[in-house]
Amino acid sequence: MKRFLYELSESWKIAAAQMRSNLTRSTLTALGVIIGIIAVTLMGTAVNGISIGFDKSMAVLGDDVLYVTQWPWKPVDDWWNYRDRKKIKTEYAETLNRMIAAIPSSNLVVAVPTSNLMRSIKYGGNQVNNVFVLGTTSDFIITSTIDCTAGRFFNDLESRAGANVVVIGYDVADALFPSENPIDKSVLINGQLFKVIGVNTRQGTFLGLFSWDSMVAMPLGAFDKYFSAKSESDVRVKVKDKTRLADAKDELTGLMRRVRGLPPEKKDDFSINEQQAFKSTLDPVKNSIAIAGLFITGLSLFVGAIGIMNITFVSVKERTKEIGTRKALGARRRTILLQFLIESTALCLLGGFIGLVLAFLMCFLIGKAAPSFPIHFSVGLVMASVIVSAMTGLVSGFAPAWSASRLDPVAALRYE
Amino acid sequence: METRNSIRPSGPVVIDIETITKDYVMGEEVVRALRGVSLQICRNEYLAIMGPSGSGKSTLMNMLGCLDTPTSGRYEFNGKNVAEMDDDELAAVRNREIGFVFQTFNLLPRSTSLRNVELPLIYAGINPDRREERAAQVLADVGLGDRIHHKPNELSGGQRQRVAIARALVNGPSIILADEPTGNLDSKTGEEIMELFENLYHHGNTIILVTHERDIAAHARRTVHLRDGLIEMDHVGFIPEVDLPAAR
Repeated sequence: MKRFLYELSESWKIAAAQMRSNLTRSTLTALGVIIGIIAVTLMGTAVNGISIGFDKSMAVLGDDVLYVTQWPWKPVDDWWNYRDRKKIKTEYAETLNRMIAAIPSSNLVVAVPTSNLMRSIKYGGNQVNNVFVLGTTSDFIITSTIDCTAGRFFNDLESRAGANVVVIGYDVADALFPSENPIDKSVLINGQLFKVIGVNTRQGTFLGLFSWDSMVAMPLGAFDKYFSAKSESDVRVKVKDKTRLADAKDELTGLMRRVRGLPPEKKDDFSINEQQAFKSTLDPVKNSIAIAGLFITGLSLFVGAIGIMNITFVSVKERTKEIGTRKALGARRRTILLQFLIESTALCLLGGFIGLVLAFLMCFLIGKAAPSFPIHFSVGLVMASVIVSAMTGLVSGFAPAWSASRLDPVAALRYE
Repeated sequence: METRNSIRPSGPVVIDIETITKDYVMGEEVVRALRGVSLQICRNEYLAIMGPSGSGKSTLMNMLGCLDTPTSGRYEFNGKNVAEMDDDELAAVRNREIGFVFQTFNLLPRSTSLRNVELPLIYAGINPDRREERAAQVLADVGLGDRIHHKPNELSGGQRQRVAIARALVNGPSIILADEPTGNLDSKTGEEIMELFENLYHHGNTIILVTHERDIAAHARRTVHLRDGLIEMDHVGFIPEVDLPAAR
């Protein structure tokens, strides 16, 4: 064991000396690994960033909210079975709330109706198209993580009265009021004036997924008055205990069947969705991006590994006589194997560290230049990169190191 | 250094070889490099192995140095059967029992004298402090006490060979196996190296010289002549009529 340690430290010294004396060669070879590690690490930060972006977008939906909709949140093969379902009506919310109130042990808190459609919104000379206009009640803030940077969400009174007030998303506010305070200004939607009473906190958009930033919310009464024609509605229901989501879902299904007056033999003609369902359809997408990305960038690391293997073979060839001498002096196979493995690993680790530092700098610069770009550097990623580079060294150095350890001492000594 | 009258020693047998053969397969052909060599070498002998090229001299040296194993025959080194050892066992024997001195010195070019001499100690698992102490001591013994931090390219040929001899001695081996140790040196430096061997011999070391140079072999106390894979002659001392070219 002690001898093993001495041999190990000796091998590290040899590796360091070897790299120093073949500086150009070592640098060029390490460059392959550097590029490989940069590619893999940047891909890793992107995968991380995408994952975090997904989660952030998911958070908008809330993990304790159930959504009653006509269509389920997953791809369906038998779309014709869903097409003819009755629309979800905003009135259901009221009925549901009465039912919930009548059940003291209910796991449901409140049902909130929402209707939405896309509209343009104008203020002065500025106009924003395709804004997601949402009609709802003041209870909406119970089901949502929505916050206001300025102003407030509309209150119960405005909600009941169907007042012409709106809460606008951050990006909408930014586009309409580049240099003004939007609060108490009146914006034009579909030819109607609405008073801005609040601006949402910036949430950030990600891959075009839904974000509050490009949304406008108003009381359902006002919405129905002006936009009811082509809107889509659903009902969202807040759950008391999110660890018992399945129970809540069953309860809500029962209530909805009563609302719809379905006899027991009939199937549900509505869908109840939660964040998780959406997640499970998006997760494969996320994973495919990660696997494809890491595979492709992994190829560049593979090319780097081939470079390491090549240079280690050259090194073994060049130093055949030295290997012979070492064997004559009592180096065992393991000693020689270890020596060359450590040389290739040291080279890869060096490349890995340099690559990691460069990748970190690049991430930093990208983060500065384009803050919305989804990248995220993590400790786990650093560890993974170091382990990957060490593994690259071990794997690519093994074949040459093995051949060196198997050299016949007589032939090796005679080699010129 | 003390000199004593050295007659052929009859101490314990270090190397005991009996009818060893070595065949090499070269393509279709089988080359019989050794055809049945028997040899006994005792402690504190000073022996020269001579012979023209192709006589099996190098092959015998590789056998004696445990770098290779015989095709058949018996080889005992200090009573241990070497012929059946595997690679790592042979490496251990080479490390502890045999000190190699090569014609081309075979020093590690980028390491100092000290690090070169330390190498066998590393493979023997000696701890760093004792390693350095011992290596420095042996380098001083061969007259290089002031050159321990020099690299081979900062040393003369004779000094390099001294480093190599120090490296051979550092583990206190049973035999020193020198293959044409003066082949790359001028005759004056060569003589100095031979003096060093003489000294080592008087200090009780067992020395085996492999050479084709008669005046180098003349330093040995016993000469073994090889020809065509067989021992042609094995005699004590140096006999001019036999060993000098004129006698042939």
